Amino acid sequence: MKAAALALALASAGALTACEREKRKFEPPVGIASGPAATRSVSVRAGPTEPIETARLASTEDRRDEYNAFAVNQGKRLFRWYNCNGCHAQGGGNMGPPLMDDKWLYGHGPADVYATIVQGRPNGMPAFGGRIPEDQLWQIVAYVRSLSGQLRKDVATSRADSLAGAPPENVRDQEKPIARPAPAPQPPSTPASGGS
Amino acid sequence: MQPAAAPRTPGNAVPPTDAQRRALERTWSDPPGWVGWLAAVNHKAIGKRFIVTAFGFFVAGGVLAALMRLQLAKPENKLIGPDLYNQLFTMHGTTMMFLFAVPVMQAMAVYLVPLMIGSRSVAFPRMNAYAYWVFLFGGLMLYIAFLLNIGPDAGWFAYVPLAGPDYSPGKRMDFWAQMITFTETSGLLEAVIVVATVFKLRAPGMTLNRIPLFVWGMLVTAFMVMFAMPSVMLASTALITDRLVGTHFYNPAEGGDALLWQHLFWFFGHPEVYFIFLPGLGFMSSIIPTFARRPIFGYTAMVLALIATAFLAFGLWVHHMFATNLPELGKSFFTAASMMIAIPSAVQIFCWIATLWTGKLNFKTPLLFVLAFFFILVLGGMTGLMLASVPLDLQVHDTYFVVAHLHYVLIGGAVFPLFGAIYYWYPKITGRLMSERLGRWNFWLFFIGFNVAFFPMHWLGLHGMPRRVYTYSAEMGWGTMNAIASLGALLIAISVLLFIVNVWRSRRHGEPAGADPWGAGTLEWSMPSPPPACNFEAIPIVHGRDPLWEPQHDPKAVAGLAVDSREVLLTTVLDAKPDNRESFPNPTIWPFVGAIATTVLFVGSIFTPWAVVWGSVPVAIALTAWFWPRPTDTSAHLAREQQP
Amino acid sequence: MRVRHALFVAAVLALGATGAAAQGTVPLAPGPHDALAATGPQAAHIGALWNLFLALCTAVFAAILIACGWALWRTPRAAVDTPPDLAHVDRHEPGPYRSVALATGVSALLLLFLIVASVWTDRALARLPLEQAINLRVTGHQWWWEIRYEGSPESQTFTTANELHVPVGRPVVIQLNSDDVIHSLWVPNLSGKKDLIPGRTATLSFRADRPGIYRGQCAEFCGYQHAFMAFEVIAEAPEHYEAWAEQQRREASEPSDPRGKRGKEVFLGSTCVMCHTIQGTDANAIRGPDLTHVGGRTTLASGTLPNTDEDMKRWIRNPQQLKPGVNMPTSSLAEADLDALVTYLRGLK
Repeated sequence: MKAAALALALASAGALTACEREKRKFEPPVGIASGPAATRSVSVRAGPTEPIETARLASTEDRRDEYNAFAVNQGKRLFRWYNCNGCHAQGGGNMGPPLMDDKWLYGHGPADVYATIVQGRPNGMPAFGGRIPEDQLWQIVAYVRSLSGQLRKDVATSRADSLAGAPPENVRDQEKPIARPAPAPQPPSTPASGGS
Repeated sequence: MQPAAAPRTPGNAVPPTDAQRRALERTWSDPPGWVGWLAAVNHKAIGKRFIVTAFGFFVAGGVLAALMRLQLAKPENKLIGPDLYNQLFTMHGTTMMFLFAVPVMQAMAVYLVPLMIGSRSVAFPRMNAYAYWVFLFGGLMLYIAFLLNIGPDAGWFAYVPLAGPDYSPGKRMDFWAQMITFTETSGLLEAVIVVATVFKLRAPGMTLNRIPLFVWGMLVTAFMVMFAMPSVMLASTALITDRLVGTHFYNPAEGGDALLWQHLFWFFGHPEVYFIFLPGLGFMSSIIPTFARRPIFGYTAMVLALIATAFLAFGLWVHHMFATNLPELGKSFFTAASMMIAIPSAVQIFCWIATLWTGKLNFKTPLLFVLAFFFILVLGGMTGLMLASVPLDLQVHDTYFVVAHLHYVLIGGAVFPLFGAIYYWYPKITGRLMSERLGRWNFWLFFIGFNVAFFPMHWLGLHGMPRRVYTYSAEMGWGTMNAIASLGALLIAISVLLFIVNVWRSRRHGEPAGADPWGAGTLEWSMPSPPPACNFEAIPIVHGRDPLWEPQHDPKAVAGLAVDSREVLLTTVLDAKPDNRESFPNPTIWPFVGAIATTVLFVGSIFTPWAVVWGSVPVAIALTAWFWPRPTDTSAHLAREQQP
Repeated sequence: MRVRHALFVAAVLALGATGAAAQGTVPLAPGPHDALAATGPQAAHIGALWNLFLALCTAVFAAILIACGWALWRTPRAAVDTPPDLAHVDRHEPGPYRSVALATGVSALLLLFLIVASVWTDRALARLPLEQAINLRVTGHQWWWEIRYEGSPESQTFTTANELHVPVGRPVVIQLNSDDVIHSLWVPNLSGKKDLIPGRTATLSFRADRPGIYRGQCAEFCGYQHAFMAFEVIAEAPEHYEAWAEQQRREASEPSDPRGKRGKEVFLGSTCVMCHTIQGTDANAIRGPDLTHVGGRTTLASGTLPNTDEDMKRWIRNPQQLKPGVNMPTSSLAEADLDALVTYLRGLK
């Protein structure tokens, strides 16, 4: 009897996780805060030299893509498309810090990663606010967090159809994030000429 | 210390006494209750549930098709979006090919072959039960996944990279790939069973030259299965590992190849359609002689045609890949092979026509379904010749022309004969005839509905409509033909409904059939309908191809087989001379338990590779319990060995 | 000298004007999307083979049906208790044997004939003369076509999307690659199809012998919007083609009106630049179709929508409504900005 109940519980758990994991959400949810408005039509630049208003970050909404395999996979594609690899490689870091380890300069939670992408950060992280639509931002956030193994194994992506680098995201160990104090922003000696 | 010899009761007399008949019935029946139902190993019990399950999947696949046709009935229809539509056509193809068409043929073989060859059982009865349960659980797994939105959505042949880890996120295609593992395991086991049964369990005197053509068809199919299924198991396992643990079989960037999938899949996939087609040919060769009142013309040519088809079937697979960048001259080889395979099929068709021409015809429902073959399958064969030609295929590949072709050959070549076979053998299985009137309505609705549904698709393909599109714009001009096709689908649905009603009603209200309601000539018609648990009260001795038609000779039957245990007679492969006696196992729950353990292993390994390790433990336990010898059985077997 | 100079200038202007006019006019309405309406030699060879097969297969089908029908018609009727005819058990039946043998022999010969015809056509397809060919490289993406015209020198190359122009009478050789999954390029009026397989480069050649607009589409299931991954091949007179190609090589035109200028600002200031290129501006991302001359195309969204203001607005506002699953995100632009953007883009001829 207990075995049957346990089996039923496991099956239901499987069913419920499947519901969220397998959804294909093509349109952004209604009522989502629209992406931060573009304040000026200049090229992408490292920031912030002036703060950009970011949308209010809803704490329950910000994790939704982390349980959806389609969203994380889209995030992986966008990570490649928008050339995050250019500075972060496939998570190993290069000019930009690694994203697959346990050190997070500006916070590891979804809201923090979102803010980092939208606002940019000193020493070269461009501000993508106004450039990347809201729903895509959250997909990228979910993928970035999967690089250090923060996502469930059945949601994180598997290998890409490209040269293999690090092991696929769904087999990575979960890193325990440690916050490091943010380094002091270096005074800009030459005006940031805008990346990309 | 030797176990005490159990007292030996004498074997059956010819004809058996009443006490012996009752003993045989007791010995070969399955135990009562639901535990007994789960523990059954009698081939007729397994065969019946196997057939019913396969038809259940047929209806499910048909519902999926009906939804697709509803969506496509008019242009720019908003009924079903692309995501659901992709799942629908994937599930439809997967269901029909893996869960219906191949299993139903194996199921018919499981039921009919022992009856046709004069045996009390199939070989490996427990493995037979296990193969059924594995098939059932695999199909259920896939449908439960579909209902939970984890149904596969990359097509029934799942081309990579679309079905690979980068472009099919989540677990959908993992469930598909693992379903393959279930059905291929089941299929391979059934193939082994068919071969062993046909080679070793025939009645004395039934030389290979005298076995019914349906049995030949299943034998040849079983060999094809054994050679082809490993290819798809390899392909799907490589897909699973690519998706789960990051191997690179299909990743061009790391030395893999997207075409590797196509080669491995179609090396299986083309023979697979012959797994479906050859048993259909077997049905034709069973039904035509009975309703033409003469033995089949050209038995030897028919057998050689079956064997030739099987060999040639392995040399055709690249015709599914004509649009890729493989070398053109190489493709032409496959054009030649794909056309040449028409010759053995043509020989069969000509022999059947000769049989019909020189016989006397009894137009009952089974014959009607068989006659539809000559229209539908032959038309499908003609479009098959067109598709075999590389230049023509380059225009119509991956369009509705191919959809039309494949349905003409599969439904005309296998499903129509299958329906005929059900009408033909239903009286034997249940003891009652199906309604002729409903049968005719069933037949004509199906025939007309099928042609209305699928003939317009030839036009659609030539006019540019590709496969697997969830909708199309109004300017394309495809709306009318699609509407007609959807109407045909409705007619097909009604006809299948009539069939189900006929099957259901006839169980209680059908005219009682005797042993041989059709006046047929093969062995399965020699015992009462439904057959007793032991099939034959005395194993017959066979002297010709149609034992019930040809004059009887002495000796007529085998005496001396045990009536209190499941003893079977083994005979030699070619000439069916008595070779050995063997005790077959009694009903046991372990095949069912083993199938559950296997399911846990397979489904677990969708989520983690560790399931392969830990899941093997219950499987090992189940197999150990399955094979553990029981003292009572051992002493009884030894007793029989000690006494001459 | 000055007269010659003036004449030369006038000629260039006239050519430019003709080219511009050619962009404005749609040469013909799109023809039927039909494998049997060949407008080039490749499709014509296949069409001829089709006719041969159709004739032969219909004849064979009819013969079998007649044989079967005759058998059903003339054979006496029976019942279940009619005694079976065992006269020929283990005996040769010369009549049926001869018929079956003859029919099989004839079938084998016909099949051999069809094999030869098929290989012959294959050979003809492979022998399309390729002198003076236009060289293209088409890369399939989920769910649009990237088309690159090779030129020599390198400065003559240009990239466009979802619409091919070819000169009538000149062969076209296309190298086919894929960026993601397997696609298949198929223009039924012109040629058979060829798959675009990642990791492999395939080649397709054809020639258009009549001017017209020929629709093509993806013919290998490639995901959510496989149904709407179409493109157009516009075959036109060589002068028109040259004018078009020359126009394509130019950078994007600058907008002259205030709305167009605002539209360009909107384009460069919002999400568009993450995926699209407009030559001559800062926008040079390659993830979506090249928009440098998008105003001059006949369709939008990979052959799905006509290229009008209203349709472009609908597309940009919410692509997911029209093509659910497509990679272009919904936009959050204000109406006025969207209007300006569309004005700008539609002006990029």
